[in-house]
Formats: sequence, C-alpha cells, structure tokens
Amino acid sequence: MVIKTEGLTKKYGKITAVEGLNLEVEEGEIFGLLGPNGAGKTTLISMLCTILKPTSGRAWVNGFDIVRESGKVRKSIGIVFQAPSVDDLLTGRENLAMHNLLFGVPRGIRKQRIDEVLSIVNLEKRADDLVNTYSGGMRRRLELARGIMHHPKILFLDEPTLGLDPQTREHIWEYIVNLAEKECMTVMLTTHYMEEAEQLCDRVAIIDYGKIVALDYPQTLKNKVAGDVVKIKQKARDIETIKKLDYVKSVQEKDGLLYLSIKNASSHLQDLLAHTGPIDFVEVRSGTLNDVFLHYTGREIREGEGEGGFWERVMKR
Amino acid sequence: MSELISEIEGIYAVWLREAKIYVREKERLISSVISPLLWIFAFGAGVGSTVNVISGYSYQVFIYPGIAVMAVLFTSLFYGVYIIWDRKLDFLKEVLVAPVSRASVFAGKMLGGATDAMMQGIFLLIIGLFIKVPLTPLVLIQAFLMLLLISIAMVSIGLVIGANLNSPEGFGLVINFVMWPMFFFSGALFPVGNLPSWLEKATYVNPLTYGVDAMRGIILGINHFPIYYDAAIMFLFALLAMGVGILSFRRM
Ligand SMILES: Nc1ncnc2c1ncn2[C@@H]1O[C@H](COP(=O)(O)OP(=O)(O)O)[C@@H](O)[C@H]1O
Ligand SMILES: [Mg+2]
Repeated sequence: MVIKTEGLTKKYGKITAVEGLNLEVEEGEIFGLLGPNGAGKTTLISMLCTILKPTSGRAWVNGFDIVRESGKVRKSIGIVFQAPSVDDLLTGRENLAMHNLLFGVPRGIRKQRIDEVLSIVNLEKRADDLVNTYSGGMRRRLELARGIMHHPKILFLDEPTLGLDPQTREHIWEYIVNLAEKECMTVMLTTHYMEEAEQLCDRVAIIDYGKIVALDYPQTLKNKVAGDVVKIKQKARDIETIKKLDYVKSVQEKDGLLYLSIKNASSHLQDLLAHTGPIDFVEVRSGTLNDVFLHYTGREIREGEGEGGFWERVMKR
Repeated sequence: MSELISEIEGIYAVWLREAKIYVREKERLISSVISPLLWIFAFGAGVGSTVNVISGYSYQVFIYPGIAVMAVLFTSLFYGVYIIWDRKLDFLKEVLVAPVSRASVFAGKMLGGATDAMMQGIFLLIIGLFIKVPLTPLVLIQAFLMLLLISIAMVSIGLVIGANLNSPEGFGLVINFVMWPMFFFSGALFPVGNLPSWLEKATYVNPLTYGVDAMRGIILGINHFPIYYDAAIMFLFALLAMGVGILSFRRM
C-alpha cells in the first residue's frame, strides 16, 4: 500500500472538510478523487503532502506517517498544486534548477534531469524565457515537469488541468499516463472533470462533503449504477409498465422527458420500445460518472464551475 | 553530513531566488536608490541649513549614520510583506513542501532580505564618500558589518510580522507601529543627550538606538556607549528575532 488513511479528518472550525476518510492506494495506480468544489479534495491532498496537519486520524505515504515522519514523506513525493506555484520572474529552467536544490537532486545529474523533463513536456525551446511570458498550459506543463524531476515515488496532482482548454487538457493527460508508466509512479489526482477521471484513472473515489461515497474502477461504478441511459419523449406514457421491466434499473421524469437507466441498452432497446408504444423521440447514451455522482449524491457535478482561482492568480502577476 | 549539505543547498536556493527577483523587479532597485538620496540631500541639507553645527560636524554629516541605519531599517522591515504576497499567490508552497527544514527556509529568506537592504547600504556608503563623511577603508568595513547586523535583525522582525499576518494591508498597519517609533526614538536625527528624560528612557529600550550609536561611533567617533556594547546588544537582538522568525515559519 503506497497511500493509506485511517479515519483521516480535518476540521476548519465548524466546517468538516474531510471526515473520517479510509483509503488505500496501491503502487503504480493512477487514483482519482472526483468531487465538486468544496468536497475536500485539496484538503485531503494537503494533508497527505504534510503541509496541513490532520485534526484526527492517521495516514501513511510510502509507508511513512504523515505527521511523525513528514520529512521522509516529503522526500517520497512530488506535487502539482491547484494554484500555480511556479515563479513568474524566473525562467522555466531557473524554476527547475531551484527545485533540484530544494529536493536534493545529486549535483552530477541536475542538468541532465532538467533537460529530460523539459523534453517530456515539450518546453525545451521556451526554457530560458521568463515564466510570465508563458501561456496557462505551458505553466501547467512546467509545474508537471517540476513535480516529476526528482523522480518521486508518488505524484500528487491537484486539478492538473483546471482552467485549460480541452486540447491542452488532453495533452496533459497523455503526459501523465506516459509518465506514470515510464517512471513506475503512483499518481493521485483530484478533478471535478468527469472525462478526466474516466479516461485517466485506474480507480476513482467519488468524494462529497469530505466523505467517500463510492470507490471503484470507473467502468464498474458505471455498470453498478448507471449502465446506459435512454432518453424518451412521448405524449402518452405508461411509467408503471416500464418500471416493471427487469432490465430497467430506474426511471426519472424531468422536463417532460423520461430518463431510463438500463443495463445493456443495445440488446434491450427493441424490447423496450415495444413496451413503450409510439414515441416522438429516443436517445441512447452510455452512462457517465456524472450519472454515478447523481445517483449517490442527488446532485450533479457542474463542469466548468472552476474555483476561479487559477486565472485570477495568473493574471494578477 | 549529506543532511547538512542539503540544508545549505536549500538556503542557497531560497536566497538565489530572492536575489534574482530583486534584480529583475525594477521598482525595488529604483526605490532603493532614490529614497536614501532624498533623505540625505533633501532632508539632511534642508534641515541642516537651519541647524547649527553638531559636535563639529555639519547636520548633513551628523545625521548621515542615522540615515544609513534608517534606509536599511525601512527596506529590511518592509521586506516581510513579500512573504505575504508569496503566500497569497501560493509561490511559497513549493518551498514549504520541500524536504528542507523551516529554519533553512527562514535563513534563505532572511539572507535574501538582508541582501536587498545591504545593496542600499552599500550605495549609501558610496554616497558618503562624496559628502565629506570621514570614511577610511577600515571605517567602511566596520560600518558595512554593523549595517549588516542591523539588517539581519530587522529583516527577521519583518518576516515575523509577515509570517503571522495574511493581508498586505494588515502588514502596512503593523509595520508603521513598529517602524516609526523605532526610528524616532533611536537618536538617528538628533543627539540622545538633548532629549527630555522620559524620551531618553524610551530610546534605551529601543534596540535600534544601539545600532545608530554604533554607526555614529564608527563613522564620526561620537558614541554614548562603547561600540562593542552596542554591537553585542544588536547581536543578541538579532538572535532573538531570528529565533522567533524560525518559530513563525514552523507554524506557517
Ligand atoms: N483554510 C481554510 N479555512 C476554512 N475553511 C476552509 C479552508 N480551506 C478549505 N476550507 C473549506 O473546506 C472545504 C473543502 O475545501 P477544499 O479541500 O478546498 O475542497 P476542494 O478542493 O474539493 O474544492 C470547503 O468547504 C472549504 O470552504
Ligand atoms: Mg481544490
């Protein structure tokens, strides 16, 4: 177990940001924490990185207690914070050089490491420009490069693609997957983007109000809860008949439309339509983690509802 | 042993960042050249024309050591505000999560601030050569070391305040309550001997008084206390300020 928590809790006055969290992450996993803003993702990561002390409970990172052996934990991890933390008035290369010194990378291999990570994130050409001339995506890539430069066993990524355009986001996903494979790193990332959790993560914990509400492989979660979603519009509907069908898991009515959750839509659609009678409109899509989230919390994670901090902070400098 | 080396490299990394930023942020450089010039020429020469010669020196030369201390005091104390900006913008997190002790992070920041302030100190010592201040090479070295000691103490105070506050506005407020009394009751602008006795007592509990006294002793040969006594008090005060600074950084 590379990361393990036992009843990990953090309270800010009356607010309980993280509540009695039990979690185990295995070596080499890409583990996702998916949840809306304020769910407690950043708080959890901050505790695991030893920059925040838990109110109660314990946790171990790379086998070291996060409170009693925080120094050893720090030597084992790399982190990309939610808010940008590269220095604007230094060049990309200078930022990396500073990191080498701070994280005790041996003198002989420092230059080589810098060149190595710069090429991984494709920033060689801009390495000697001041960071305040970089775009948001380039900064994020630089932070990623910095986070992995000292070859940490565990990499924490707090909303690694927050505020980035979809194209840059997909690039960064690619880097993360490649890196995790090449360096045999364990990655723990937080996100409130569904596709990020689905495409990137081996396992996902859905977290809401500081608690884990579901934890499994994305596909298993979807199968368990959502299956496929069939959206139907029809004038005269007979919900009771539909509900009795054994492959229909749940029926919801919203805005005059019926939303059916179905185990395997492609093989049951014919039969379903035979039972519903004439319809105006039908749409079939595979279930998403959003449906899973909806199922467990009764709410949707709204995308793009970013914490706003990112660009504000970038612009300020 | 390798632990020690990595701590020293950590201090160096933090200091180097501060030094680079100092050189690149033009406002910092420009203000550190302009403000002492204003004090020496506008204030010193202006007031000097209405004040008689003190202890055989023109007023401009008499207040020169005090102005040098003041410039270093202001820059050093205000340096603490950068730690608040660093924290607000999360630039500090990278350093705080590194496997380097908080004492080293503090030392790096403190040396960075002292470098900043001493650039001004050096500039002032050079100006001194042009306004008939009696500066021999030995005096220059002693004055430099004394200013450095003052700056280390005052940067530490600034960092303590910065580490314990969350807003730059709050910092400005607190620093004014620290800086002005320290400056006015230090004898930087007038000889302590001429003050009413309650004010004289206030100057004796002010650590900066000893810094000013030492500087005036070193440069003009006018001092209340023995210079080694001044320096010892300043040294103890600097140690105390650094200790509190390290504790404040640990809680950050
Ligand atoms: N320093 C703080 N002081 C008080 N409350 C905080 C602080 N940091 C976070 N919180 C609260 O804790 C909860 C979890 O926040 P956070 O961990 O940032 O969530 P997430 O990263 O999932 O968006 C939120 O309700 C937030 O308002
Ligand atoms: Mg967050």
